[in-house]
Amino acid sequence: MENRTLTCISCPLGCDLEAEVVGDTVTVTGNRCDKGVAYAKAEILNPQRVVTSNILVEGGICPLVSVKTSAPIPKGLIGNMIQELKNMKIRAPIRIGQILIRNLLGTGIDVIATREVETCPAGE
Amino acid sequence: MKEMTTDTLVIGGGAAGMAAAVECAERGCRTILVEREEYIGGVLNQCIHNGFGLHVFKEELTGPEYAQLFKSQIRQKGVETRSDLFVVKVDAKRREVVTMGKNGCAIYRPQALIMTTGARERPFNSLRIPGTRPAGIYTAGVAQRFVNLHNRLPGERAFVLGSGDIGLIMARRLTLEGMTVLGVAELMPHPGGLARNISQCLHDFNIPLYLSTSVVEVHGRERLEGITLAKFDPVTLQRLPGTDETIACDTLILSVGLLPQNELIESFVETDPVNRGVKVDSFMRTTHPWVFAAGNNVGVYDLVDFVTLDGKIAGQSAAKMVHDGFLPEKRVPLARTENISTLIPSLCCLEGNPFTIYFRSKKTMKKARISIGPGLFETIRMGIKPSEMVDIPFTVKHMEKLKQLGLSKIEVSLKEVL
Ligand SMILES: Cc1cc2nc3c(=O)[nH]c(=O)nc-3n(C[C@H](O)[C@H](O)[C@H](O)COP(=O)(O)OP(=O)(O)OC[C@H]3O[C@@H](n4cnc5c(N)ncnc54)[C@H](O)[C@@H]3O)c2cc1C
Ligand code: SF4
Repeated sequence: MENRTLTCISCPLGCDLEAEVVGDTVTVTGNRCDKGVAYAKAEILNPQRVVTSNILVEGGICPLVSVKTSAPIPKGLIGNMIQELKNMKIRAPIRIGQILIRNLLGTGIDVIATREVETCPAGE
Repeated sequence: MKEMTTDTLVIGGGAAGMAAAVECAERGCRTILVEREEYIGGVLNQCIHNGFGLHVFKEELTGPEYAQLFKSQIRQKGVETRSDLFVVKVDAKRREVVTMGKNGCAIYRPQALIMTTGARERPFNSLRIPGTRPAGIYTAGVAQRFVNLHNRLPGERAFVLGSGDIGLIMARRLTLEGMTVLGVAELMPHPGGLARNISQCLHDFNIPLYLSTSVVEVHGRERLEGITLAKFDPVTLQRLPGTDETIACDTLILSVGLLPQNELIESFVETDPVNRGVKVDSFMRTTHPWVFAAGNNVGVYDLVDFVTLDGKIAGQSAAKMVHDGFLPEKRVPLARTENISTLIPSLCCLEGNPFTIYFRSKKTMKKARISIGPGLFETIRMGIKPSEMVDIPFTVKHMEKLKQLGLSKIEVSLKEVL
């Protein structure tokens, strides 16, 4: 048996969770809603994060488009994902919610735009 | 000079201003929204992380996504947006607003004015840290703009002073962008930002957090070369001798708090000395009957959802003022007790729509009893932290009871339950 203290990051309330881990079974206290239990289980057995960052834009009114993963990805893949984003450029216009990378690193999760980027009339 | 009349004028196109403008337009008011930046959205535009909108939209959005939802409504409802336009003067006697833009100056004469100018970051010089004044010292919001809007990195090796949310979020962002973030120092014995940000921004990337620690000197001539840290007593906040440590870095990021921005109106409206923002009542009306206010210029909020809700109230009240020519005048002041710091609003009206009382605790409490009154409302809340605002709904029933009890002030009290 192992005891872990965690902070639920599923919402800004940030409940302090106490988790008791026995093999694959996790018992949680300190949560204000069910999401806390799900979070503690996932965090202990397979930690995942929604990652937000930027991708370079070509021909847009601003040089970057902000992006996020469409669902949480395993924490260990964050570094690889950022490398992948750094190696690409996207042409404006870009619509909010547009899929910019499909099936990121084979996770089945997409990277989507979180901002509109119009084309710049003067080119770059 | 161009002169214009309008029903309502909103100054500042952040979360509060966008919400207020939509409400006004929806109620048939001709509404003009003035923003000094190229685009409306305010700080939301540069906050690309997620964590916005859980209360209002029941989903977790990034800042630009949250802003987009309001930008669409602004267009739909016919709010007239004037960006790249700076308000230079608000004249309460003549009820005029003077703007400056590419096409020169203009005068607006609104029937009701809504101030939503947000907050600015506390600058480095306000900290009185001795040493040189080299390049490489930035407030977190400025660094955030560089990285997220202009694609520029501020340096290579950074240290963050202050554990407010913006600092924590920037520690993660700079790490992901390839900078080495050496640590975050916080003078207080507890972190300033939300617990979730300590966890997902620092722990996830093994960035150390030094509590009861601050920067006592900066070094370097042209460019920052290093900083000296020292430990501080957690109770007296006195510097502890013999604890100095020098760290080499080329960038210092400051996240030491926000100051409500009210230069345009503070000569004729009252401000609250603790909130450092304008005093408002439950209609989000300032002490001047022509002026309404909402958002970070009233007090520093930690959740955009609360800013949106108060922005809506300001818009609804201003529209009511335009249509009816008056708002109910009877008001009872809200009073702090010893554990309360930020408290919004300052006055409660005896009539009108329900609203929310927001306050911040001075201390961390595992379990606390909150009472409003005496005799209006009581509840128990768990996990009270200075970094997280508490929201207490104040309903029409509470207003009725307030009238019955005939209280001359409403005390907001917070006591730890052991
Ligand atoms: C870095 C950071 C991270 C945050 N993270 C979260 C989070 O994860 N979740 C969450 O819920 N909340 C978060 N918040 C809080 C929330 O985003 C803010 O409280 C909210 O967006 C503030 O809105 P506002 O309208 O009061 O101010 P602002 O967005 O600052 O808007 C004020 C506007 O007024 C304009 N203005 C000012 N003066 C003038 C003038 N004289 N003339 C014309 N225009 C003027 C400014 O340009 C600006 O656009 C965060 C805040 C920051 C700064
Ligand atoms: S347990 Fe529920 S209420 Fe608490 S932080 Fe997690 S999601 Fe929020």
